Amino acid sequence: MTTRLRTKPKLALYWAASCGGCEIAVLDIEEKILDVDAAFDIVFWPVALDFKVKDVEAMEDGEIDICLFNGAVRNSDNEEMAVLLRRKAKVLVAFGSCAYEGCIPALSNTTTRTATLDWVYRDSPSTINPEDVRPQERTETPLGTLRLPAFWEKVRSLDQVVDVDYYVPGCPPQAHQIWAVLETVIDILEHGKPLPPKGSVLGAGDRTCCDECARTREEKRITKFVRPHEIIPDPDKCLLDQGILCMGPATRSGCGALCVSVGMPCRGCYGPPPNSKDQGTKMVAALASVIDSKEPEEIDRILDGIVDPIGTFYRFSMATATLAGAAARRTTVDAETGDERLTP
Amino acid sequence: MVTTAEDRSASTAPSQEWRPRVVAFLCNWCSYTGADLAGISRMEWDPSVSIVRVMCTGRMDPTFVAKALELGADGVIVSGCHPGDCHYQEGNYKALRRVHLMRRLLDDFGIDPRRLRLVWISASEGDRWAETANEMVREIRSLGPIGGDA
Repeated sequence: MTTRLRTKPKLALYWAASCGGCEIAVLDIEEKILDVDAAFDIVFWPVALDFKVKDVEAMEDGEIDICLFNGAVRNSDNEEMAVLLRRKAKVLVAFGSCAYEGCIPALSNTTTRTATLDWVYRDSPSTINPEDVRPQERTETPLGTLRLPAFWEKVRSLDQVVDVDYYVPGCPPQAHQIWAVLETVIDILEHGKPLPPKGSVLGAGDRTCCDECARTREEKRITKFVRPHEIIPDPDKCLLDQGILCMGPATRSGCGALCVSVGMPCRGCYGPPPNSKDQGTKMVAALASVIDSKEPEEIDRILDGIVDPIGTFYRFSMATATLAGAAARRTTVDAETGDERLTP
Repeated sequence: MVTTAEDRSASTAPSQEWRPRVVAFLCNWCSYTGADLAGISRMEWDPSVSIVRVMCTGRMDPTFVAKALELGADGVIVSGCHPGDCHYQEGNYKALRRVHLMRRLLDDFGIDPRRLRLVWISASEGDRWAETANEMVREIRSLGPIGGDA
């Protein structure tokens, strides 16, 4: 061929251990999805298009220009796809909280693989499984061998498995931020704008959720924590001032303070603020500072109002929690069963 | 040896001759001076304790504790001025509340909360520092390496 056809940049989207919310969020950009289609050649998107994994395998390495990867890495299939897409994509983006820092799936890192499987296949009230049938990685049938992915001990974020270029936080990322990211990509590819530094967090602000919150803040003096259903909060005052545990001070801006604007506390889905890698300890610092007591007993009484510290402070970032790294200095063989199915 | 925050390659494997490692964050005005006094007075205290001087325990970000435990410490001491004596008025109370909350978090992660200890040591209490350091190392020795918790 003598004349080179101008080809559109290639875009891939994939979901690993996720709920599908990130996929819906992509479609929340509404009619702009047509602009995405106009600007990109979408080569892989299991939730919406009929391309298969073998189509990706057949591509040259680096043939995909950008891959938006949502979902955490929970099993061997997630991991294989992460490795494959890393190889095929020039730019790999951890898209959404799961890929960025583990999110809800990673909450199971507080327990063991065995306990999770026992609950799902034996103990939960809605389970009837008298023969205790469990998923098998290999099953021989007359028609051949059937395989299921191996279920790892821990849930990992994408960058704990492969090299990641950029991060887009949010559970899910907000539509206007997704569009902003895609526009940036188009600008880079079409108009030669420089790439942001590797490792950048895209599609988010560089302050905290509190900076976007319209509520009035006062000098915080907390004497009692309450849960959202226990009071009718003042619509104009800071929720934390009212004793509701709001993750705003330890959460990156970018969502537009959506939850707090409808009276629900921030849950922290945009991850730790800039210059912090650990949302939970950041929240411990912020929260403990504003408790109004100097007496150990009283402090403990007030802290009793925080029902689930680990689940609240690390609701979205358990996979990347510093203390999980400290606790992991233990041997990871399951003590009861001697099960060595570990995260590699 | 400089260990940066990015360097996550903690010396993990507890070898045959495991020795406890304790990191102590001492405030500049009281506790660090107290530890200094212990040294000047030639008191003996366990060398497994490494001191990091901070201006005030109120400057102690709980992230420091998490990071120390991740990078190889088996226990952390936070020591500041006695209540009412903080050079910055309120810093030690802040540390008190943070440590109380942090202990709960450690417990949630399956890390024994006794691995984080908060004490008050004044500039004149060198003996108290030596006692605290020795006692903490004894406790960590009985708890074993951090990997054995939970």
